[in-house]
Amino acid sequence: MPRSTEKTDGFTSLPPLHRRRYRHLMWQAGLSISLTAILPLLIMTWINYSQFEETFHQELVRPVFRFTANAKRSLEFFLQERISALSLAFREKPVQVLRDEKALARMLNNLKDTFGGFVDLGLIGPDGVQVSYAGPYQLAGKDYSGQQWFHAVHMRNIYISDVFMGYRHFPHFVIAVREDNHQGGHVLRATIDSEIVNKLILGLEPAASSDVFLINRQGLLQTPSRLHGRVLEKCSLGVPPYSAKPEVYETMDGDGKPLIVGYAYVNDSPFIVMEVDQSATHQAGWLTLRRNLFLFLLGSVLVVLAVVIGGTRLMVNRIREVDLRRAAVFHKMEYTNKLAAIGRLGAGVAHEINNPLAIIGEKAGLMKDLLLLSDNPPDRQKLLELVESVLRSVDRCSTITHRLLGFAKHMDVQKDQINLEVLLKEVLGFLEKEASYRNIEIVFDVPGDIPNIESDRGQLQQVFLNIVNNAFAAMENGGRLEIALEKMDGDQVAVNITDSGSGIAPEHLPHIFEPFFTTKKGGGTGLGLSITYGIVEKLGGDIKVASQVGRGTRFTVILPIRRKDE
Amino acid sequence: MDKIRVIIVDDEEEFVQALVERVQLRGMAVEGFTSGTAAMKEMEQKDFDVAVLDVRMPGLGGLDIVADIKRRWPERQVILLTGHGSAEDAEKGMRLGACHYLMKPIHIEQLVEILQQVAGPGQKEQGDE
Repeated sequence: MPRSTEKTDGFTSLPPLHRRRYRHLMWQAGLSISLTAILPLLIMTWINYSQFEETFHQELVRPVFRFTANAKRSLEFFLQERISALSLAFREKPVQVLRDEKALARMLNNLKDTFGGFVDLGLIGPDGVQVSYAGPYQLAGKDYSGQQWFHAVHMRNIYISDVFMGYRHFPHFVIAVREDNHQGGHVLRATIDSEIVNKLILGLEPAASSDVFLINRQGLLQTPSRLHGRVLEKCSLGVPPYSAKPEVYETMDGDGKPLIVGYAYVNDSPFIVMEVDQSATHQAGWLTLRRNLFLFLLGSVLVVLAVVIGGTRLMVNRIREVDLRRAAVFHKMEYTNKLAAIGRLGAGVAHEINNPLAIIGEKAGLMKDLLLLSDNPPDRQKLLELVESVLRSVDRCSTITHRLLGFAKHMDVQKDQINLEVLLKEVLGFLEKEASYRNIEIVFDVPGDIPNIESDRGQLQQVFLNIVNNAFAAMENGGRLEIALEKMDGDQVAVNITDSGSGIAPEHLPHIFEPFFTTKKGGGTGLGLSITYGIVEKLGGDIKVASQVGRGTRFTVILPIRRKDE
Repeated sequence: MDKIRVIIVDDEEEFVQALVERVQLRGMAVEGFTSGTAAMKEMEQKDFDVAVLDVRMPGLGGLDIVADIKRRWPERQVILLTGHGSAEDAEKGMRLGACHYLMKPIHIEQLVEILQQVAGPGQKEQGDE
């Protein structure tokens, strides 16, 4: 056995199976499995996150909205109640009665007792001069004719002022009513302490974390705010856009903290009720949930990744082991096939060696004859010719044995610069004699532009020997074998081997490269062409076949000029 | 006594040359040819006793010729030389009418003995009768 077979026990003599390929495979498998596993997880988490966020948001927004709506209703009711009370009182008492400050004071007391919040009450004549006054200040005779509110109440009959300090030096606002019909254009004007409004909205029990106040349409605070300024200062949040309904919006305060702001325009008044909630204080629950959600996602992803990495590594290692084992088996099979191919040539080779041996025998015999049987001493020149002939025959024998040994050598995949014509002629050397006995014509067609190729000599020999052996087996005596080389585009060389043999049936053609497929009577192994295919593929080439029954078969082996590393 | 007339046909020219000379040295009339076709032409022209034919030759091989010889000249003997000792070829040759076969490399004494056996004086006389 050749020495090199010992190496097949280990993987060292296998074709290099590149680590990069397996790493690539591992990445590819790992990524696709991970994506398949993690993507639904991410989508589910995202959906959950969005839904939870929306729910929490609603949880934050809804109470603010509710409170603002309540406050709006309560304030409108509060104001309407006082306007109605004033209107009723004004309508029932003639102006003459109200001119009497005592009667006016009684009315003020009644209003204070019944409704609360009234500070003072004044009757103002059509000329804008206060006719009578009941209250803690000395304001009788004061002339309001130049004031804007006085004109407003003449136009609309009802007027509610912004909160202001005025002569009284505390925040208050005014409700004024006018009765055209029987009061001769007089106006009843009441001052209301804005503190009662403040109490009213605080009494609606806003959330502890929220700040509730009124502003007017210029954005001045009408009631005190815990966080956004004092009465009659400009509110830092500005004036929200008008809406008939309560609204809620989100914004940031000066420090960038998120705020939820609810507001409602109070009908028929200059007031806007506002509730400002620092949403951050409510978000602890949401943040916890969000953190848990994230931790769950992270944990799941880590578990998936661990399983995927472990599984993929195991899988790729198994594949690699199988590949290595397969490569080893293929390697052995190739060698066996090569020996079998040589075995098939054995008879021819033996005959070929026998011929020069026979010549040696006869030449040496003749020399002996000349020495023993001839009467004259042998001619020196004659003897020399005989010896030369013997030496030539010895050379012939050694060429044949070397060729055979070189061929049987068990070689690893190697890179060699190969002249295909020379290599093909070497291979055909084995079959030269058979061809001549069987009158098989061998035709070479080698154009001048065929470059040397970089490939594996031993394996190429095997490929061509397999194909040529098959061709010889398929041909009758007197056949023709054409070998044509052709330079192809894309740095490739094609070797066309065409025989005039029996051809391959169309139904067999698709299977000829399959292992164990054979049509040879008496049984081939069915491995020759499958191994040939495997080798050509390994060498980075391609093999094609075309055949016509009764006409012959053409195998085309396409080989790269430069061997790519696996 | 007439010399035994022998024709040797083998595609190896050097082999034929040496063998012809050796048989000649042993007192026989020998002619050598390197192709079956050339040998057949000669056989048609000249009489001979024994043909020594290589089984495997390009063109006409020994097996192709043996039957032809026996058909046309039944008294002429044929000895086959076979290079690779294929029993099949030898048997086939014997069936076709060859009287002996020898494997290459041959022993000259054995060949001469067979030649004398098949075409020696006794045989020749018998053949002439």
